[in-house]
Amino acid sequence: MSWTAIWVTFKLASLTSMALLVIGLPIAYWLTFSKWRWKFLVESIVALPLVLPPTVLGFYILVAIGPHSPIGRLYTDIVGQTLPFSFQGLLVASILYSLPFAVQPFATAFDQVDRNLIEASWTLGLSKAKTFFKLIIPLSTAGVITGAVLSFAHTLGEFGVVLMVGGNIEGVTRTVSIDIYDDVQALNYSAAANTALFLLVVSYAVLLFIYAMNRKVWAVWPQK
Amino acid sequence: MAAEVAIEITKTFPARACISAELKYELQQATALVLFGPSGSGKTTVLRSIAGLEWPERGRIRFISRTWLDTAAGIRVAPQDRQIGYMAQDYALFPTHTVAGNIAYGLSALTAAERNRRVDEMVELFQLRGLETSKPRELSGGQQQRVALARAVAPRPQLLLLDEPLSALDIPTRMQLRGELRTLLKRLALPSIIVTHDWAETLSLGDLVAVMGEGQVIQVGSPQEVFCRPANATVAQIVGVETVIEGHVIEEADGLATVRVNGTLLKGLGGYAIGSPVFVCVRAEDVVLEQGSTGLTSARNHLNGKVIGIIPHGVMVHVKIDCGFPLVAMVTRGAQQELGIELGSPVVAIIKAGAVHLVSRME
Repeated sequence: MSWTAIWVTFKLASLTSMALLVIGLPIAYWLTFSKWRWKFLVESIVALPLVLPPTVLGFYILVAIGPHSPIGRLYTDIVGQTLPFSFQGLLVASILYSLPFAVQPFATAFDQVDRNLIEASWTLGLSKAKTFFKLIIPLSTAGVITGAVLSFAHTLGEFGVVLMVGGNIEGVTRTVSIDIYDDVQALNYSAAANTALFLLVVSYAVLLFIYAMNRKVWAVWPQK
Repeated sequence: MAAEVAIEITKTFPARACISAELKYELQQATALVLFGPSGSGKTTVLRSIAGLEWPERGRIRFISRTWLDTAAGIRVAPQDRQIGYMAQDYALFPTHTVAGNIAYGLSALTAAERNRRVDEMVELFQLRGLETSKPRELSGGQQQRVALARAVAPRPQLLLLDEPLSALDIPTRMQLRGELRTLLKRLALPSIIVTHDWAETLSLGDLVAVMGEGQVIQVGSPQEVFCRPANATVAQIVGVETVIEGHVIEEADGLATVRVNGTLLKGLGGYAIGSPVFVCVRAEDVVLEQGSTGLTSARNHLNGKVIGIIPHGVMVHVKIDCGFPLVAMVTRGAQQELGIELGSPVVAIIKAGAVHLVSRME
């Protein structure tokens, strides 16, 4: 079992999950409360990583952040490095890949907040932004935690996108799932078994946490 | 400039009658305006438009010197900037906040010390002492209503908007809180607009009543005016109570109150303190007419009077009787002919005590 790979994987998953809190919450808010008639276009784009093969997604990300694309060139101009096959590039790919796993639970939770409460907050003088932080977020805690934890867990098990965008660089982009693949390729079955068991236990623990938490919240605020 | 409220809005709905309401009144004349009408008449839409929670397609809303909405001039003031207190029908208390937290919610502009003082003041005024740390779901309906009102009033709004303030309560609590609410509104002396479909609430809470039907304001007047002199058949049908007259409770025994109205004594269902001013409300169909008293009946009220008006009303006839006060009875044409009812003829009006509704009022 490679502790370096585990460290890279957890670092990647934590940063992805945090970044998705920052990016995903506003997107989810907009998706829930916007009355724009073409909203479904954006909804479908956000959900795309759920159905797209990771290799396809990885391929497009690789092209988009490569040195020949405007984004890639801009990044190289500012930072002086290239994104593909770096940890930063892998992070960008992970954020896009796990986007629906964060945004959908967020949006579901926002959607369940009683509109009357939101309106009451507005008439009491609180701006939309203040209402969001003071009322909507506290009422959606379970959904926000679910989204953050799900995107964390989803990143832990990511394989195709990592291989396409990050490659297999020890200590930089080699995650646990790649490590298992390498071990199997090298016929090192006992190492693969250890790492696989580790990932299985962690994933199960994460899901146990989510289901237990949502169950408790469900009992306190029964659905109408 | 007169302290005036002027509303003129139009809003269309896909599957419902459109709303095209116009209303204008002076605040000196009415601290509490009641928007009264059956459900679906558009009164809640008007209230929510005043709050800024709903946007009419066309129209203007002016409160004193400030324009809150003028679609022609492109003015749309957000609800946050209107300085209003708004209470939704289901109270919309924040479940994650305590009673004190709910009341303090709109007070973020104050310093911590001022905020605590204001919350304390509200807790006192709305009799919520001891409940400060409770969560809304631990409260009774009446308590929730008081918290919601306290929260709406705490930031010292310019205008208080109440959507069916009592309809979420069970009937005994509603009767009790109706009086409390009126006393509170009077004490706060805060301009308020109250939406209700209940005529007893209208009489009890309103200084001025705007009757709404099918998306329009049909009549504006004092409660008694609107009930006793409806502008047209639609208003008459909406209010449904033809006789509303002021009186005083002079005796109270076994749940039965005796009320003096212009020297005439009437018995009605009680629950009011002796001396308290009430509106005596009687529906025309609850009044039975007799030609000379035939003796004992179970009805508690036998009033001798004289016919002073006969108004045909479809197959029925509205008979206006002077029995110390004007009373309207509704009888069939056949009954009118059999009893020989014509102008000036003496009649006895019989009303069961249960049909004499008493609604407390302010003097």
